[in-house]
Amino acid sequence: MTTAMTTITRGIRMDEFLWRVVLASVGVALAAGPLGCFVLWRRMVYFGDTISHASLLGVAFALALGLPVFLGVLVCALLVALVILTAEGRMHHTDTLLGVSAHSALALGLVAVALLSGVKVDLMSYLIGDILAVNWQDVAVVWGGAGLCLGLLIWRWHPLLVSSLDREMALAHGQNPRREAMIFTLALAVLVAAAIKVVGALLITALLIIPAATGRLGGHTPERMAILAALAGVAAAVLGLLGSFRWDTPTGPSIVVAALVLLIVGGLMRRVF
Amino acid sequence: MTNPLIETENLGLTLDNRRVLDRVNFTIEPGEIVTIVGPNGSGKSSFLKCLIGAVAPTEGTVRRKRALTIGYVPQKLFLDQAFPMTVDRFLRLAGKTQAHERAAVLARVGVADAGNWQMADLSGGQLQRVLLAHALIGRPELLVLDEAAQGLDQPAVAGFYQLIEAVRQEIGCAVLMVSHDLHVVMAASDRVICLNGHVCCEGTPTVVSEAPEYRRLFGHGTSGALALYQHEHDHSHDNDHAGHSHG
Repeated sequence: MTTAMTTITRGIRMDEFLWRVVLASVGVALAAGPLGCFVLWRRMVYFGDTISHASLLGVAFALALGLPVFLGVLVCALLVALVILTAEGRMHHTDTLLGVSAHSALALGLVAVALLSGVKVDLMSYLIGDILAVNWQDVAVVWGGAGLCLGLLIWRWHPLLVSSLDREMALAHGQNPRREAMIFTLALAVLVAAAIKVVGALLITALLIIPAATGRLGGHTPERMAILAALAGVAAAVLGLLGSFRWDTPTGPSIVVAALVLLIVGGLMRRVF
Repeated sequence: MTNPLIETENLGLTLDNRRVLDRVNFTIEPGEIVTIVGPNGSGKSSFLKCLIGAVAPTEGTVRRKRALTIGYVPQKLFLDQAFPMTVDRFLRLAGKTQAHERAAVLARVGVADAGNWQMADLSGGQLQRVLLAHALIGRPELLVLDEAAQGLDQPAVAGFYQLIEAVRQEIGCAVLMVSHDLHVVMAASDRVICLNGHVCCEGTPTVVSEAPEYRRLFGHGTSGALALYQHEHDHSHDNDHAGHSHG
């Protein structure tokens, strides 16, 4: 009797655990695909890298001040983005600036986390994610963040597209490219904050870029590319999870590897057909 | 005098302690074709950006007609393979239009079949025509072209200018063009403004179809769409141009 009970409760708990993991990773992937398309179109891969590396600094701040990690990462990502967008083109080339800030943000974050006395932090879980540890509250944060990010993209879709194409053309259309750049940055910061528990600071950019590149293989218009990118991201999340359970590999990196496999298979299929 | 589409008064622009534009007074009236010429670094592009509102002038004023519709043809479009975009989808970015309208404007600029082509696959000449179609589809009051013929070979430039002149007559818009090429100015221009930080001179273009450079390049078969506008920059500004307004 007792054994049967234990088996049943374990079954339910296993079920719930799986749901949480699947929902969290699918939520991130769903928003990361379309957002990643804009990262590619705006040629801001390095910028995305910087923002996601800066999230580790945000984790340190959140832990030090006792704030929710989501909030700390969001604020920190936005601050770093603001610094870059302000300093851009002043003294150094943008590329130099991003190279400096991407790695400095990561190093500062690592140092800051280490300096936190009294708080025991599992650094790896923030670097490569620890999706197996997500609770229902984390899932809610992921879906809230992903929903907000997708909502911003859908709301500003047309002006974002035009301003990603050509700044002057957007101005001639009576649009405000600077505002669109801010909205894009906000969406990016929100997604990074939502995704840090799932894939970690080091690999968020991969989840943005790789499914978007896969979407490009089959998409003839921006909309189709974005939808395919979302699908490729979701497929990578599910396959990555399966692979990670099957071979007992870290989940975040497994999702990224699955995304890469999908990209390669997609590229080969495009060559053959 | 009618209400100008855009008017500037003593417009000045200083970027990084460098005087880019100095006391530029400019107007463009409805239906007028104005060409701005000047060497590289003469502030043409900055001036254009001030006019369309992309850059705020440091001095003076820019007045645009209320709700002025501008069709803008950029110098080029950095659209690479990462950005999937069919020509038809690109035209839809300009605003809500019917499929037959988009087909008609593509046919008008001479790329009728291009609707399903990828933007990144277009040749230089095709891209310029598609950019023109994009600018025209909203039936703008003012068509602005920023070195739009750059990168086309000389006969293609002639064809492109003829096309602009023709569509201008069809939809009755004003045209404002910028060119760094002092020797290639559209004969249909009502006014040519020579800019070099300040307005060096302005006036009607002189049609010099007899000039040897002109003949060698274009022969006689270009229906006067091109004119040679001879101009020396380090000259005395006193005697060689009509409508002189030296700042």
